[in-house]
Amino acid sequence: MKLVHKAALAVLLCAGLASIFASYVAPAGYEQQFRNEAQAGPSLHHPLGTDDLGRDRLARLIYGMRVSLFLAPLAALLSTIFAAVVGGIAGLCGGWVERCFMAATDLFLALPWLFLLITVRALLPLNMSPMASVIITFALLGMLGWAPAARVICAGAKQVLKSDFVWAARARGCGGLKLMRMHLLPGLRPALAAQFFLSIPVFIIAEANLGALGLGVSEPLPSLGGLVNELQDFVMLPPEPWRLAPLVVLIMVIGAFQVLLNKQEVHA
Amino acid sequence: MRTRALLIWFVLFCASTVFGQSGGELRFCLRSDPKTFNPLLVNDESSETVRYLTAGFLLRVNRITQQPEPELATSWKVFDGGRSIRFKLRPGVRYSDGTPFSAADVTYTMEKLLDPSIHSSTSDAFRSGKGKLATRVLSPTDIELTFPAPIANLANLFDGVPIISSSSPQKEMAALGPFFVAEHKAGAFVLLKRNPNYWKKDSQGRQLPYLDSVRLEIEQNPDIEAMKYERGEIDLINTVSPAIYDKLARVNASLVRDAGPSTDTEELWFNEVPAAPIPAYKKQWFASTAFRQAISESINREDMSRLVFHGHAVPAVSNVPQSNKFWFNQALRPHRFDTAEALRRLQADGFRLENQQLRDKNGNAVEFSIVTNAGNRSREQMATMIQQDLKQIGIEVSVVTLDFNSLLERMTQTFNYDACLLGTVNGDLDPSSQMTMWLSSGEDHIWNPKEKTPATGWEAEIDKQMRIEASTLDFNKRKAAWDRVQKIAWEQQPVIYLLNKDSLVAISPQIKNAQPSPFRPQTYWNIEDLMLARR
Repeated sequence: MKLVHKAALAVLLCAGLASIFASYVAPAGYEQQFRNEAQAGPSLHHPLGTDDLGRDRLARLIYGMRVSLFLAPLAALLSTIFAAVVGGIAGLCGGWVERCFMAATDLFLALPWLFLLITVRALLPLNMSPMASVIITFALLGMLGWAPAARVICAGAKQVLKSDFVWAARARGCGGLKLMRMHLLPGLRPALAAQFFLSIPVFIIAEANLGALGLGVSEPLPSLGGLVNELQDFVMLPPEPWRLAPLVVLIMVIGAFQVLLNKQEVHA
Repeated sequence: MRTRALLIWFVLFCASTVFGQSGGELRFCLRSDPKTFNPLLVNDESSETVRYLTAGFLLRVNRITQQPEPELATSWKVFDGGRSIRFKLRPGVRYSDGTPFSAADVTYTMEKLLDPSIHSSTSDAFRSGKGKLATRVLSPTDIELTFPAPIANLANLFDGVPIISSSSPQKEMAALGPFFVAEHKAGAFVLLKRNPNYWKKDSQGRQLPYLDSVRLEIEQNPDIEAMKYERGEIDLINTVSPAIYDKLARVNASLVRDAGPSTDTEELWFNEVPAAPIPAYKKQWFASTAFRQAISESINREDMSRLVFHGHAVPAVSNVPQSNKFWFNQALRPHRFDTAEALRRLQADGFRLENQQLRDKNGNAVEFSIVTNAGNRSREQMATMIQQDLKQIGIEVSVVTLDFNSLLERMTQTFNYDACLLGTVNGDLDPSSQMTMWLSSGEDHIWNPKEKTPATGWEAEIDKQMRIEASTLDFNKRKAAWDRVQKIAWEQQPVIYLLNKDSLVAISPQIKNAQPSPFRPQTYWNIEDLMLARR
C-alpha cells in the first residue's frame, strides 16, 4: 500500500472514529448555546471557536461528520443497488427490455432532481425530528442518484455477456438468475465498487448543496453541508480562518475517497 | 498679488474638496435589473429605485420629519370628510424632454393608475369603495380629485403616485424628477442623467440636483457589493447586513451608519385557523392567550438582537417601531424575558411540567414546529434560539425551512402548519395601510385569515378601532384608535413581535448632505441635495 493510500485510509479512519465516539470526543453538545461566548476565537474550551449563536464549532464539526460520513455511504449503497438491478437486467435481457429500462434511466437523468427534492421536502410532515428528516434527505438522494451508474452497469453487463466464459456457461445450459448470480455479478463487481465509492462524495456534496439552499439537515443538527453553508458570508473570513475547518475536512474526506477509489480502479 | 491669487485658489480648492461640489457621478448597486421603467407598473425594489430617482410627485413625505412636503403641488387641501383633495400645481414645470406639466397630466396619471387592467399595486390604497374617481380640472394649475369613499391618509398616499405625461412623445419615460434614464445595459447597469428641466433650486438659487449622473450597477451578491464599496468603486449601500456593517465598521467607522429602527419587523405567530388540519389539542393551545403570552415571555429578545443582528435590532412592541414618531404607542413596552412568569402563567392555564417536559391538562406533550423560509440565515438562527429558549420551559420545537412558495401555500391555502416565523416590511408609516392584516375579514389576517365574523371579542374590538382609524380625518381620534389596536395586540399576542431591525446603511464620507433615514429609501431619499466632495 502506498503512503498516499495509507494517509487516505487514516483520514477516513480518524473521521469515522471521531464521528462514532462524538459524544466522548466533542468538547460540548452540538446544540448547546454558550450565548455569552458567541463568535469567540479558538480557545482551550472551544478549540475551533464558537459560531454566531455560541455553539462550539469543533463539536458541530464532529457531529456533522457523523451525519455526512454515515448517511452518504448508505445513500451510495442504495443508489448502487438500484443501478445494479436496473443496469444488470437491461444488459442481461437486451432488446425491448433494455430500451424500456434505458428510457426510464434517461427520464431520471432528465428530471430536475433539485426541484423534486424541494417538493418532496415540502410534502414531508413538519413535526419530524431532524434525524428523521436527514435520513429521508439522504434516502431521496440515493433513490434519485442511481441513473448515471445504471448506464455504466448496463454497458458493463453487455460487455461481460460477450465474454468467452459466459458463452461457455450458456453452452452448458446456464441461464437466467443463475447466469446473473454466477457470472454477471462477479464480473460487474469492480464497476459496482467504483460506482459506490464515486457516489459517496457526490452525495456529501449534494447534501452540502441542499444545505446551501437551506433544505438540507434541519437545525440544530449539523452536517458537513450545513457547516459549509455558513461560509456564505465570506466577508467575515479573512480575520477568522478557523471557520474554514468544515471546508478543509470536506475536501480531505472527498480527497481520501477519491484516492481509495483510484486504488480500486487500478485493482479492477 | 500673485501670492494672494494663489492663496485664494488654494482656499477655493480646499473648500470644494471639504464642502462638496456640483457635478460628478454617484454610483451604487441594484440587486437585479429593473423589471419595468413604467413608474405606474413598479412592483420590485430595483424598479422602485429608478422610479424614486426619476419620477415627479405631487408631494413627498420627508424621511426625517415624516411630514409631507410640497413638490409638484405647492399646496393641497383635503375636504368632504376625506373624499376629496384639491391640489394647486407648480407653474412652469417641464418634463425632461421639454413637454410642459399641467393638471391634465394628473388626471391622466390617476386614470391610468386606477385602470384595473394595468394591475398597479400603488392603486390599491385609493380603492376606498365602489365607484369611480371624479376629477375636475379647475385651471391648468388647479385640480380636484373626488374618491367614492373617504380615505383617512389621503394626502400622504400621493407620496407614491408618480406623475406621467399625457402628451409627451416619450410617454412614461419623460421624467419630472431629478434624473432621467439615459442608458440601460441589461445585467450590467442603468445610467441616470441629470434632468436639465428639473424645477427645484437650492436656497442660493442653484439648479438641483448637484450630481451630473447616477450609475446603478447590477450586483446580486451583497458581499461583492461590500467589497466594491470598501474599494471606493461605489458610493453607498442602501441596506447592509449586520455582518457586513461590522466588517466595514472595523475598517473605518465612518463608512457605515445605523439609522435607527426601521419599519421591518420579525415576528412569530401560531396557526389559529379552526379548519386547519392539525390536532384539536394544538388548536386549543394556540387559541389560548395565556399560552401565547407565555411563549412570548420565554423568548429572549435581547439575546436574539445581540447574537443574530449584532445588536442592530430592538425588542419589538408591535409592527410600528419607536422611530415612527406619530404612530408608535409610547405607553407600551416590550414583553420581558421571564421564564418563571411564563411557567406560572402556563400552570394557571392547566399545563404542567413533568420531567422537563411540558404537558397540557390532557397529558399531551407540548411540541410544535416553526416553519420559516429557506435560505434566510438570520431567520433560521432566530428559530434555533427560540427552540433553545422554549426548551427551558419544557417545550420541544422543531424548526423546518421551506421554499417560499411551499411556505405561502401552507400559510394561505392548506393552513397545515403550527407556527410561522417571518418578517414584515411596512413601506407606509401610516397604519391605515395595514387594514387587511388587522381586520378579521382581511386576507392578511395571518393567524386566522378571512374570518366570516370576528372569532373573538378582542378581534371585534380591533375591527371597530381600525374602521375608526381609517375613516376619520381627526388625527387625535385616529391615533387613539390605533393606540388601542396596538394595546390589544400587545395583550393578546396573536402575533408575537420579536424585533424591529435597525436600518443599517453604508454611505461614503465623500458624499455631502447625506441624512440617512430608517425609512425607505434610506440613503438617497434627498438625492437632489447629495454632493460628491471629490472623486
